[in-house]
Amino acid sequence: MSRKLFLEIAIALFLALAAALVLPRVLALFALINATVFIAMAVLALSLGLIWGFGGILSFGQTAFFGLGGYAYAVAAINFNDSLYAVPIALLVPTLAAAGLGYFMFYGRISDVYVGAITLTVSLILFNFANSTAGEEWRIGEAPLGGFNGIPSTPQLNVPGNPDATLSPQAIFIVAVFALALCYILAKLLLAGRFGRVVVAIRENETRAELLGYDARRYKLGIFSLGGAIAGLAGILFANSVFVSPTMFSLFYSGQLIIWVMVGGRGTLLGPILGAFLVQAITTWAGTEPRLNPNAILGILLMLAVMGMPRGLLPTLRLAWGRRRGVQLA
Amino acid sequence: MSMLLSARGVAMHFGGVAAVDGVDFSVAEGELRGLIGPNGAGKSTFFKCLTGQLRPTAGTIFFRDRNITGMQRFAIARMGIGIKTQVPSLFDGLTVRESVMIALRRFLAEREARRRAQAILERFGLDGLAETEVGRLAHGQRQWVELAMVIAPEPALILLDEPTAGMSAEETRRTAALIRELNARHTLIVVEHDMAFIRAIAHTVTVLHQGRVLVEDEVAKVLADPRVQNVYLGRQVQPA
Repeated sequence: MSRKLFLEIAIALFLALAAALVLPRVLALFALINATVFIAMAVLALSLGLIWGFGGILSFGQTAFFGLGGYAYAVAAINFNDSLYAVPIALLVPTLAAAGLGYFMFYGRISDVYVGAITLTVSLILFNFANSTAGEEWRIGEAPLGGFNGIPSTPQLNVPGNPDATLSPQAIFIVAVFALALCYILAKLLLAGRFGRVVVAIRENETRAELLGYDARRYKLGIFSLGGAIAGLAGILFANSVFVSPTMFSLFYSGQLIIWVMVGGRGTLLGPILGAFLVQAITTWAGTEPRLNPNAILGILLMLAVMGMPRGLLPTLRLAWGRRRGVQLA
Repeated sequence: MSMLLSARGVAMHFGGVAAVDGVDFSVAEGELRGLIGPNGAGKSTFFKCLTGQLRPTAGTIFFRDRNITGMQRFAIARMGIGIKTQVPSLFDGLTVRESVMIALRRFLAEREARRRAQAILERFGLDGLAETEVGRLAHGQRQWVELAMVIAPEPALILLDEPTAGMSAEETRRTAALIRELNARHTLIVVEHDMAFIRAIAHTVTVLHQGRVLVEDEVAKVLADPRVQNVYLGRQVQPA
């Protein structure tokens, strides 16, 4: 492991530890739950940042895996009455869904535009399906799918092996913080290794990578499935801070997700996380101002980001910092 | 002499246009073959058929006695065919070292790949540019980076599509020397427009014209052939 990578991982762990120790003590309950939602969305942004920024796969429907993770968690937790089983199931379902969808897309060698169109379509199909599950007949075991209302009775995470000991909002916040840190560290390690370097090479030039003997389909499928798993984890965290509902699959979230990554900066892992926090903070604030329309603010922010910082916030800051030091940064 | 590569009746049609029209072509192990022809003769398309970038509409291609017709390009590369394309095909966002490392990582562990990459960079005079992003390099340097990447996995057969395009006279001279040196261990097919360059490196030359083999012989004989001179002057000549 290089010194730079070790340092980045150490900083990530330190920040996670600091946030876990300090924020539950200083934030009010509502703010803490809101912060957990922000973190869940940051994990979701990280999943898109990984597959789009490094794998070159623009998924317009990353929320499909986010929603599947959330719904799988809620359904499994209600049926097993223990999150010990619900969490692995909720990770497995979106991973398998991403692997299945990715198999047809990448082994079918469809172009990038169709990948965007298909992923968007899948998330919208799931959105419509989830909305149409209102009747009593729509239940999986003990869990009613709830149609438009979703599953308000989504159980909270519990202490492993002790279903009665559900975690407090403070504890769920801490779990979310470390889940984000873990995803970031795993993605960092993955990208520093052979698999990650080949994925980036395929993003740069798929033909050249294949002419050197790499089966690009396998690598794209691998990173897309991993992105599905991380989005599923985001869905679990979201389900624990709010509850699952069809909006998790919605265009509203999938559109915002792309904006978070674009504002934060593609080709970085930290950028999408920062983008998610920053844009959510701004739109949440705009929502409290009666004279402001949060969607208009979001649109203006996107336009400003695209025109003023086409590479995104973090790469622009890095470039500016590099120039200040007289160093040309990659 | 055993044939390393053998193409029989290879054709590549795009709609009604026959870019390659029934090419019979063989290369023996250890050979250095020149492949020439005017623009539009089908040289690059033929290379794309050999490397799996295009699936031929007709014909068969054998490499080491195995039928590779229509195989995936990565599978053909793994069998030992490397190609330097006409327009350098590179990883613009990666550094020169990372690019060469990618070429080696498929079959070498990290430490050995790093050691071999350093040796290759030194061999190509690229060690001073090792940490430079490939997208920032000049055209001639990009050609060298692609050559380094292609040669790194030690393919049995190397296809070079206009390796000296855009190079200075000095770089062209170095490339000719490198190709001769490579021929000690590899079989090569070189597409080139520069006849002096072809004369300097190749013993046997195949001329493509309108997607078919016009003539194949020793370089001096081919270049003196009136049919070859005519096609390069744009006169109408019927392929064999």
